[in-house]
Amino acid sequence: MIEAKNLTKDYGTNRAANNVTFTVNKGDILGFLGPNGAGKSTTMKMLTGFIPPTGGTGAIGGHDIKENPLEAKKLFGYLPESGPLYQEMTVEEFLTFIAEMRGYTNADDKQKVLDRALKLCHLLAVRQQTIDTLSKGYRQRVGLAQAVLHDPPCLILDEPTDGLDPNQKREVRKLIGSMSKDKAIILSTHILEEVEAMCNRVIIIDKGKVIVDSTPEKLKAEHDGKRLEDIFCELTTNAA
Amino acid sequence: MKTTFYLFKREFLGYFRSPVAYVFLVAFILASTAMSLYLGHMLETNDASMRTLFFYQPWIFLVFIPAIGMRLWAEEKRSGTWELLFTLPVTPIQAVLGKFLAAWAFILVAICLTASMIMTIAFLGSPDWGPVWTGYFGLFLMAGAFLSITSLTSAFTKNQVISFVISTLVTLVFIFLGWSVFSTLLESFLPIAVADAIAQFSFITHFEPFQNGTVSLGGLLYFLSFTVFCLFANVIVLER
Repeated sequence: MIEAKNLTKDYGTNRAANNVTFTVNKGDILGFLGPNGAGKSTTMKMLTGFIPPTGGTGAIGGHDIKENPLEAKKLFGYLPESGPLYQEMTVEEFLTFIAEMRGYTNADDKQKVLDRALKLCHLLAVRQQTIDTLSKGYRQRVGLAQAVLHDPPCLILDEPTDGLDPNQKREVRKLIGSMSKDKAIILSTHILEEVEAMCNRVIIIDKGKVIVDSTPEKLKAEHDGKRLEDIFCELTTNAA
Repeated sequence: MKTTFYLFKREFLGYFRSPVAYVFLVAFILASTAMSLYLGHMLETNDASMRTLFFYQPWIFLVFIPAIGMRLWAEEKRSGTWELLFTLPVTPIQAVLGKFLAAWAFILVAICLTASMIMTIAFLGSPDWGPVWTGYFGLFLMAGAFLSITSLTSAFTKNQVISFVISTLVTLVFIFLGWSVFSTLLESFLPIAVADAIAQFSFITHFEPFQNGTVSLGGLLYFLSFTVFCLFANVIVLER
């Protein structure tokens, strides 16, 4: 469903992503791990077509993101890092705008997807509130709601639980978990318990290169049952 | 087309979601009326025309239009929402057009609010309506050209102040080119033909025939092609 094919990005002389290649299939929740500045967000931005890669390409549902960006963009929902939103709009106005941009122009259809997203992300209570008056947790849920609004087969989530309190984290994880069966999901994080709790695949990226592409269980077995956090530290400091 | 319309709608209504829009509108009407009454001595000229209003409009636009348009892209970049926008199924052309048309429509609202002046001259005398309507048409076209510069400069930065200053400076050049003081200066050391050719790039030169009651084809083509060129450059800047 989601393919990264030799994705490479150079910023001047700095190579932020180096030949990143992986495939995510339906039913996969891929934990995309790496230290800060490893190239996680850069890779995701290239996959979603927001920044053009220096080399390689990405594809969503078979549509190349460079050749056929509009078709590819219909098939995924994306939560950018730190969840940017149009702060001056109310939750309902914002999600209605997203629905319109996603092609739901008929009033009934619009209402249907809006209600579904509001319910799914527990936003019914704040639907009339402007986004800039919401707490961080609610804002993150609005970000998720816009990503899942059109029930896309692929989800690309950049640090979906960043900055949330433990209860909110659990809530968001539950939400993502509940959608995992029929979707291909990538989520980047540097919280390792998150990966253990919800991912069935794990990729570790360091200095722009994929250094591990495995499952959490296999990875632990290969490292004598150590904790994921210890393995992560070992691998990423080794490479330094 | 529909996508452009929904972008237009969000952006246009967005102006009225904050008090800034109302402040701008009031300031614009005050400045327009005050300048034609006190600087242009509208009532003392004994001439039932909108000439004094039109004469000062380019100078008001010089500040007003960059103030309206500076946020177009700079704000999206600062808040990160352009990442959201460009990972939706939207082409840069649709996005640029939707936002530009919304700001242009907002300026149209401001221009329409000077209708009180039309009522005044109609009440006090019997105006020649031709130059009034062609003048307004020219004003609207010229506003589009001003705004296209602002939209373009706004795409270069995430800082609204920088966007405002650069845009004002660039538009100032296009006003100055046709200002009589400036052309006399040019003629003092350049051949008259060259000075004339330079003056042909000025907004004021092309706006004049409209004030006199003619819809000049040259002016129409100049303003439209200028606008299209800037918007095209705007798309390229965003695609980079």
